[in-house]
Amino acid sequence: MNKIETEILVIGGGAAGLAAALAASDKKVLLVDDNPNLGGQIWRAELAKTKSPEALKLIESIKQNKVSILNNASVFARLNENSLLAETPSGTIELQFEKLILATGARERFLPFPNWTLPNIFGAGGLQAFVKSGLTIANKRVIVSGTGPLLLAVAEYLKAKGAKVLLVAEQTSTKKLFKFGFGLLSQPKKISQAIALRAKLLGVPYLTDSFVISAEGNGKLESVSLWQSGKTRQIECDYLACGFHLVPNAELALMLGCNLENGNVAVDEFQQTSVENVFCVGEPTGIGGVEVSLIEGKIGGLAAIGKIAEASDLFAQRSRLQRFADSLNDCFSLREDLKKLPDAKTIVCRCEDVTFEKLAKHDSWRDAKLLTRCGMGSCQGRICGSATEYLFGWKNESVRPPIMPVKLENL
Amino acid sequence: MKSFDVAIIGAGIVGAACAFRLASEGLSVAIIEENIVGGGTTAAGMGHIVAMDDSKAQFALTHYSQTLWNDLALQLPTVCEYEFCGTIWVAADDEELAEAKRKQQFYEEHGVKAEILDEKNLLSAEPNLRKGLAGGLLVKGDSVVYQLSATAFFIEEAVRNGAKLLLGKKAVEIVVDGVKLSDSNVVHAKQIINAAGIDANNLTEGLGIYRKKGHLVITERYPNFVKHQLIELGYLKSAHSTETSSVAFNVQPRITGQILLGSSRQISIEDKAIDYNILRQMTKRAFEYMPELKNVAAIRVWTGFRPATHDNLPLIGRLPNRENVFVACGHEGLGITTSLGTAELLIDEILGRESKIDREPYSPKRFQNLPANHSNKRE
Amino acid sequence: MGKLVLMITLQIDNREISVAEGSSVATAIFASDANMFRRSVSGESRFPVCGMGICFECRVTIDGVKHQKSCQISVEKGMIIETDE
Repeated sequence: MNKIETEILVIGGGAAGLAAALAASDKKVLLVDDNPNLGGQIWRAELAKTKSPEALKLIESIKQNKVSILNNASVFARLNENSLLAETPSGTIELQFEKLILATGARERFLPFPNWTLPNIFGAGGLQAFVKSGLTIANKRVIVSGTGPLLLAVAEYLKAKGAKVLLVAEQTSTKKLFKFGFGLLSQPKKISQAIALRAKLLGVPYLTDSFVISAEGNGKLESVSLWQSGKTRQIECDYLACGFHLVPNAELALMLGCNLENGNVAVDEFQQTSVENVFCVGEPTGIGGVEVSLIEGKIGGLAAIGKIAEASDLFAQRSRLQRFADSLNDCFSLREDLKKLPDAKTIVCRCEDVTFEKLAKHDSWRDAKLLTRCGMGSCQGRICGSATEYLFGWKNESVRPPIMPVKLENL
Repeated sequence: MKSFDVAIIGAGIVGAACAFRLASEGLSVAIIEENIVGGGTTAAGMGHIVAMDDSKAQFALTHYSQTLWNDLALQLPTVCEYEFCGTIWVAADDEELAEAKRKQQFYEEHGVKAEILDEKNLLSAEPNLRKGLAGGLLVKGDSVVYQLSATAFFIEEAVRNGAKLLLGKKAVEIVVDGVKLSDSNVVHAKQIINAAGIDANNLTEGLGIYRKKGHLVITERYPNFVKHQLIELGYLKSAHSTETSSVAFNVQPRITGQILLGSSRQISIEDKAIDYNILRQMTKRAFEYMPELKNVAAIRVWTGFRPATHDNLPLIGRLPNRENVFVACGHEGLGITTSLGTAELLIDEILGRESKIDREPYSPKRFQNLPANHSNKRE
Repeated sequence: MGKLVLMITLQIDNREISVAEGSSVATAIFASDANMFRRSVSGESRFPVCGMGICFECRVTIDGVKHQKSCQISVEKGMIIETDE
C-alpha cells in the first residue's frame, strides 16, 4: 500500500481547510479532499475551474507555500493513532501525520415531505452544485425553499444562470427575520451585502412563514403545494431546490473519538478537539459560514504548528464572527410544524426506502436501524439521520468504519 | 416482585429462543437483558442455518435445530427474511473434492440431501466463482435468516405469552432462589438459565468460555452476484484451529442483494476494534475464490466475539452442582443455527421429558473436572 | 469573446453524449435526458439530491463497476455509463 508521511494532515479542501493548510505551511502540510477540485461547497469549482477570487488567491498561496494536495481521496478509516486510510482511484493510501486538522465541512439537512423523492427535487446547495458542474438551468422554473441565507445565495446564482426563479419560500416567520435584521445594524458589511443581494433578486418573491408541503409529478417533479401563513396553493415548476440548514460532517471526528457538544465537534479556543493531535475547524465545530471557517482554519493551522501567540491574536475577530453566525442560526431555527410534513407512506430513509410509519414505531435510532434498516444503506445515515434527529429527537453518534463505502480490494 | 418459573439471563438469540419456547409451554418467564435484545454476539453474526458435520454431536444438534427452524419458517414475519439459499461447500482442488464426497456420504446417511458439483456445475450455480476450482457440495436445505428480527420475534412471542422482559438490567450473581441484579434487586425464579453469551463465565464458574473474534463485511447491493452461502472446505480447519488467527472464504447473499463476507477467527482478543491486517487477509482469501469481489463496495465492517468452549460443543443443560441452574452458552459460531435446538433440549430437561436427540454431549457435567488453566485443544 | 471548450464524448445507456471537459458524470447523465440515475429499493426513479457525495442517489455503473458516485467523478472520453433504467 502506498503511504504518504506528513507533519500536518488537513482533511477537507474547503474554506476552513485551505486556511488551515496555509497557516500551517511552515511545516510539511498535506491537504486531502474527496472531490476532483478544491473549494469545498461554497467555493465549488465550475467545470473544474475555481471562480471565486478569494478561493483562487488562497489556492495559489497554498501552492506557493509548498502545501501538497491530494484530490479524489476519500478517508474511510483510521489505521492507528497517527494514520488514516483513504481510498483513491488507484487504490488505498495510508496517510501518516503528526497533527491532524479536520475541515470536513457540513451538509444540508433534508426534511421529508410527500413525494420529496421525485427526480428534480434537489437540495438548495445541491442544485447550485449541479448547475456549477454543468446542469443547464436556463428558462427552467425553479422554486427555492427551506431555510437560511443559503436560499438567497442559491436563488441569486440560479437567476444569474438564466433560471426562472419563481419564488423563495423561507419557513422562518417575518417577525424573527425582523429581529435578525435589527441585529444586522451592528454588522454594516452584512447589511450592504444583504441589500446588494436583494437588488439582484428583484422580481423574485421572498415569502416568509412559508414552506413546501408536498410535491407532485409523473416520473419527475411537475408541481408543488406551497403553504404560506395558513393558505395553500399549487404551483407548477421544473425544479425544487430545498434545504433546511446545514449539519456538521462529524463522522470522521466521531470515528476518531472526538467529543461532540450539541451535535458539533467540541474544540477548545485553539480548535483542538478532545483527542490529542486532532484539531477541527470550520462548520463541524458549529455552522458559521465562510468567514468563520476561514478564521477558525487559520487559528487551527497556527495552533497545530505551535504558533500560539499568533493564533490568540485572532480570538477577538473569531468571537465577533461567531456571534453573528449564532444569531443567524437562531433566526432560522426550524419550526415545529415541519415535523408534521411527512405522511405515513413518505419515505424517510432514501437508501432503504423506509417509510415514516415504519420508523414511528421505534423510539431510538439504534432500534430503528436494526429493525427497519433505516441508516443501514450507502449514506450510512447521513441523510436520514439528520431528518430523524429532527423528526423524532433521535441521537445518532455512533460511527463505524468505513465512514464512506470503499471497494473490497481497497479495504 | 413475584417469582417466575424461569429466569433467563441474556436476550441474545439463544436466550430469546429459550424464552419463546418456555413461555409457549405455559411457564412464567423473566428475561434479564443488560443492553438490547440481540445486541451482543447475535447482532454480529451471519445468520447462516447450517448442518455442520465436524462431529457427530455437532451434526445432531445442528441438524435437529435446522428442522425446527424450517418448521417455524412459515410463522416467521417477513422481516426475518428466511431464505432457503442453500450452501455450497467449495472444493479448490481434488483433495478437497474428496473431502466433499466424504461429507456428502455422511450427510446422505443422516438424512441431509447433498449433491456433488463438478467444476462446470459449480460455475453454473455460481458464475462469479473463478475458473479452475475442483467443484463443490451443494446442500439445498440450508438457509439464512436475519437473526436480529428473529430474536425480536422470539421475545415478542414470549412476551405475548406472559413473559416479562427486564431490559437494561444487569445480572451479577445467580443466587439460591433467583438472579441478583446490579441494582441489588433479586429476580426470584424457580429455575435459572445462564444464556449470557461471552459473559456467561461471570455468572457460572468453570465453564471455560473464551472469545473468538470475527470480522464481517457487508456490501452495497449486487443482486444475484452470489446465490448460495459459499464456504470453502477449509472452513473447519479455521474454526477448529489452535492458531491464534485464521481466515476462511465464507460469503452469503442477503435478500437485499447485499453480500455478507466473512470469516475470521482470532483467539482470546479482547479488543473489538477492526484489525485491518486480518481483514485484508480475509478479503484476499475471498478474492482467491471470487475475483470480482474486488470491485464490490463495502459499506460496513464490524467485529463480534464468538463464545467458544474448549471442546467445540456448546454447554446445554443443568449444572452438576446446582439443581435449578442451567446453562445455554458456548455456541461459538453456531448460536443462530442451534438456538432452537438448544431451547428444545433445555425445556425437555426442565420438564423432565426425553429429547429427540441425546443431550449428554452438551451437558455441563463434562466440564466438572475442568482445570483452572485449560488448553484450547480438542480432547 | 467565447473560450474554446473541449468536449468529451461518452456513452450513457447506449446514447452518445458530449459535455464540456471538467463536467461531472452526473452532468452528462442530466444532459442525456435520462429518466433516472438509480432505481430505489422499492422501484422509484431517483435523481441525485445533495450534489456533494453524501446522498448516494447519483450512483451509476461506470465501465462495468457498479455504485459509483457520478457527482464526484469527472467525465473521461469513452466512458460507458449505465443507469438503472
